[in-house]
Amino acid sequence: MNWPHSTIDREAWQATAARLRAGELSLLGLWGEPGVVHMAVLRGATSECSLLSLACESGRYPSIGLLHPPAQRLERAVRDLHGLEPEGLADARPWLRHGGPYPFLSAEGESLHQIPVGPVHAGIIEPGHFRFHASGETVVRLESRLGYVHRGIEALMAGAAVERAAELAGRVSGDSTVAFALAYAQAVETALAVQAPLRAVWLRAVMAELERLANHLGDIGAVCNDAALAVMHAQCGWLREQVLRAAQACFGHRLMMDRVIPGGVRADITADGARLLSGLLALVREEFPDLVDVYDNTASLKDRTVGTGVLSPALALQFAAGGFVGRASGRHFDARRTPGYAPYDELAFEVPVVQAGDVNARVWIRIREVEQSLALIEAMLSRLPTGPVHVPLAPPSGAAREGSALVEGFRGDILAWVRIGAGGVIERCHLRDPSWFQWPLLEAAIEGNIVADFPLCNKSFNCSYAGHDL
Amino acid sequence: MRRLLLKNLVHGPLTEAAPAPDEAAMAELAARVEQTARRRLGRTLAIREVDAGSCNGCELEIHALGNVLYDLERFGLRFVASPRHADVLLVTGPVTRNMREALERTYQATPDPKWVVAAGTCARGSGVFAGSPACVEGGVAAVVPVDLYIPGCPPPPLELLKGLLALLESVSLS
Repeated sequence: MNWPHSTIDREAWQATAARLRAGELSLLGLWGEPGVVHMAVLRGATSECSLLSLACESGRYPSIGLLHPPAQRLERAVRDLHGLEPEGLADARPWLRHGGPYPFLSAEGESLHQIPVGPVHAGIIEPGHFRFHASGETVVRLESRLGYVHRGIEALMAGAAVERAAELAGRVSGDSTVAFALAYAQAVETALAVQAPLRAVWLRAVMAELERLANHLGDIGAVCNDAALAVMHAQCGWLREQVLRAAQACFGHRLMMDRVIPGGVRADITADGARLLSGLLALVREEFPDLVDVYDNTASLKDRTVGTGVLSPALALQFAAGGFVGRASGRHFDARRTPGYAPYDELAFEVPVVQAGDVNARVWIRIREVEQSLALIEAMLSRLPTGPVHVPLAPPSGAAREGSALVEGFRGDILAWVRIGAGGVIERCHLRDPSWFQWPLLEAAIEGNIVADFPLCNKSFNCSYAGHDL
Repeated sequence: MRRLLLKNLVHGPLTEAAPAPDEAAMAELAARVEQTARRRLGRTLAIREVDAGSCNGCELEIHALGNVLYDLERFGLRFVASPRHADVLLVTGPVTRNMREALERTYQATPDPKWVVAAGTCARGSGVFAGSPACVEGGVAAVVPVDLYIPGCPPPPLELLKGLLALLESVSLS
């Protein structure tokens, strides 16, 4: 399905900023290319996605971030990557382009101290810098500085063949490799007017749900581990490993990298794949309820997670936060439902939403989503269509063609937009990770909490560094 | 909770048998590890992981080394929070320009004797990000001296384990 795309003038661009500010529209993405800035928005009432483009006279455009803060970091990234200046944006600091001093936002008050953390962290996690201003133990302000894992993915994609760009899309964020590859493949297929075979569409969804299952299991364990309940970490880690081993056996790769490709999937599920996955579902169904029970009935654990790192529904809505971050703070949005894509339109599933917005709520959303994914995989296996799993792509003739997609990864909605030129070469591709709109919210959620609860809050958000930095 | 603990007690450990150290890695390392270092370290190595621009795929698999099935710590291998406590830097990713200085400083902060293990195709400088202006040309070896490569995109836990065991064997042979 192609999204309506209009080229607008400065006045209409500014009017869009006002509508974003008023909450009529949600920002899905903002990106640039030489001389042009693009924006994707979601209309609140109808959930209709559309694209807007503005030609930047002498490299300038009116800032959206001035009126609508969620756009600010995106605009700083566009400035770094394409030299386009957002007029009116007060923040002149670079974002993805490092080098030189970086003045952090300040906080004033009696006896405040700063705690710099990163980019190399204590655990086995991705690099990023966190600057805390603390009053005793209490966080007064947190500001993150990202961009350390900026690999120049979009620059590498420009001019690349569709297949080569697919490999890059699968390595934007390793934990969401299926979701990114799927978003990219859907966008390419829309651009080239190709329909992936039915069996491939269903197999993709099986992989996407396995990815969600593995990540949620890992996260639930990791949050408990950050609250010092190691037994949950061990149990969840064991279950996660079973999911990855099943993925290896069924699809030939533990993380299912490079399995989803434009035109379908690389290979069909192995002959005994369905049986293996049924065994996996039975195992998780057998073991998981006990773990949920431990989570729910361990007072010392709940003491850490309940009421910690509260994200208000208003902020979640303003930033159009996707995934468990949004759904734990009352934002009822799931890209599998709206705008929706096959095969989810034929499957019954629930989208859990709660209002509390604390660490506990984000854990519960994951628990409920694990249960939903189990049911979805079971339903898909029982109805898996027969037929081929890949169709060849015909390179477009004539003018460049574009396509967009919004896919629900485990963290939230991933936006993909691609323009393919003559000969099937990618002219420009943009992939927006859900973390762009979640990182700033972590800074809001931690305010007033103690520094020692930061790992817990951070893990409950589990934002991607690689996906954000590109 | 009690039910879960009791079940685990009856079930016995989930940990699987150890793989043999990787032979190719053993050969690669043989020339690099000196006798003096072997004496000093005994049979234990502290590892500091550094993500120098990975997609996070390698980190997921390195994490998996700590789960009950691979149980890395039974071999005397453990991850530490600071390079100052480390014998080994386990580096992933192609080394982005933005991570170059952090990697150099982490290396400098690691006391001698030290080893660098580069994990994953990217770390070798030949992954999908090769040629990017945002990455250092030549991978990890262009920034710090590399003693051992563990291939894979990402390397599965068993391969990581074989490589690290080869390092441990080479270090503790006497």
